[in-house]
Amino acid sequence: MNHRAIRAIYLFEMARTWRTLLQSIVSPVVSTSLYFVVFGAAIGSRISQVEGVSYGTFIVPGLIMLSVLTQSIANASFGIYFPKFTGTIYEILSAPISYFEIVLGYVGAAATKSIILGLIILATAGLFVPLHIHHPVWMLAFLVLTAVTFSLFGFIIGIWADGFEKLQMIPMLVVTPLTFLGGSFYSIDMLPPTWRTVALLNPVVYLISGFRWSFYEIADVSVAVSIGMTIAFLVICLVVIWWIFRTGYRLKN
Amino acid sequence: MSSIISVANLSKTYGSGFKALRSVNLDIKRGEIFALLGPNGAGKTTLISIICGIANPSEGRVLVGGEDIQTSYRKARSLIGLVPQELHTDAFESVWATVSFSRGLFGKPKNPDHIEKVLKDLSLWDKKDNKIITLSGGMKRRVMIAKALSHEPQILFLDEPTAGVDVELRKGMWEVVRTLQQSGVTIILTTHYIEEAEEMADRIGVINKGEIVLVEDKATLMQKLGKKRLTLHLQGKIASLPESLHHYELELCDGGATLVYDYDTKGERTGITSLLGDLRTAGIRFNDLDTTQSSLEDIFVDLVRTS
Repeated sequence: MNHRAIRAIYLFEMARTWRTLLQSIVSPVVSTSLYFVVFGAAIGSRISQVEGVSYGTFIVPGLIMLSVLTQSIANASFGIYFPKFTGTIYEILSAPISYFEIVLGYVGAAATKSIILGLIILATAGLFVPLHIHHPVWMLAFLVLTAVTFSLFGFIIGIWADGFEKLQMIPMLVVTPLTFLGGSFYSIDMLPPTWRTVALLNPVVYLISGFRWSFYEIADVSVAVSIGMTIAFLVICLVVIWWIFRTGYRLKN
Repeated sequence: MSSIISVANLSKTYGSGFKALRSVNLDIKRGEIFALLGPNGAGKTTLISIICGIANPSEGRVLVGGEDIQTSYRKARSLIGLVPQELHTDAFESVWATVSFSRGLFGKPKNPDHIEKVLKDLSLWDKKDNKIITLSGGMKRRVMIAKALSHEPQILFLDEPTAGVDVELRKGMWEVVRTLQQSGVTIILTTHYIEEAEEMADRIGVINKGEIVLVEDKATLMQKLGKKRLTLHLQGKIASLPESLHHYELELCDGGATLVYDYDTKGERTGITSLLGDLRTAGIRFNDLDTTQSSLEDIFVDLVRTS
């Protein structure tokens, strides 16, 4: 294992976060705070409790997930796309480093950033609404699992993209709608039965449901199903990445 | 000298069907400077990319330091430093950070003294804290060389190292390359500048249309090239050469207006004196003459044209 190479990539990527602190950390925190102001205070004050939890408190796990999902994808996709764009990928490909180690460096850094961000948003939420986390270990487990899975997904997008437009396309057109429709701001039990069935096809529902359970012990679907679905998506991403490196897809001629 | 790189039957066909390399065989000797010449699209960069792990070969085998580049890629790649043709740099990183990153990527422990030495050797020390985006093209090129040298490679690939670099800086780079060779590094450079190959290389290879058409010691090549050509512009046209001049193997050109004589400057006798004497005897007069020396460029152009 070339642990020095993994460390070099990891620290290089983390350095980019500190260099672009405003964009990486401050901006998601500001936008999440705005969500609390709009949904929690303005609209939420007119909504009664959801499953025994005040609306402002109810949306906290969904809002954290919203940021963690989008930031994991953004960080990881940009992390690997940018060397492809500038051409510096030549150095990664010619270094004595395995594909697994490359993924560990890039995805590890992207997931770390997202986890830090998720925890900052959690702390920010604590300033707006009272919070009590029933299962902190499970909360962390869901956070880490989601950050890693979607960082892997972002890594795939970064390799697939051959332009900045494509880099934005999946996060904008697929992930954001799925997250909004995945129960960030409501329980899918609030939907009519038909739409509830449709919502169950959305993988994000399972992530948010499991994460929310770790906070308040309320869930749209069973926790085991949530974990199972997240791990299934993780495995799919791993298989795709394995195929990418085996074939050299969009990396090697 | 033993081979540090051994390329056997290497072929590369791209997805489009374009054959970039056709069964290339090449051995690079330890400690030499090898210049690979070839026109655009000849396969130089593809060959380097495969050896360094950036492109996959379609067929064939490459050993670097005795290690197979595919089955033992870690050992093989750790011996190589690559300076690609294009200026690929991390614009917003400092010189020090990017060079240190390269060392880490190749699995070497931190060694600030070595990085300092590399930067000083390449006259980059006073720019070590500057962001790369603020550097000139020539400096960026040197940063790329510094990155390639950061992990103390035994082999250095320089793909068109002086393309677009001014004359002074080019000569400075030649100095750097010579110093590296003295420290035991094997250097493979591709270049468009024949002058560069002539100046630097121990051996020269010519590649065209994906095939190696010549590999020769520079000294041997220059000896072969050490031919000079004497051109005599005659006062009047002649239809044919008299019998007495046949042994000179002269060539009658321009419809009989000029005579061309090739001779070897390295030989004991050039034959010029006797030729001029015999011409006078034969009554052939000329009003001007000139001599030209064939360069590496001439033979390169000839090889590429005929291959």
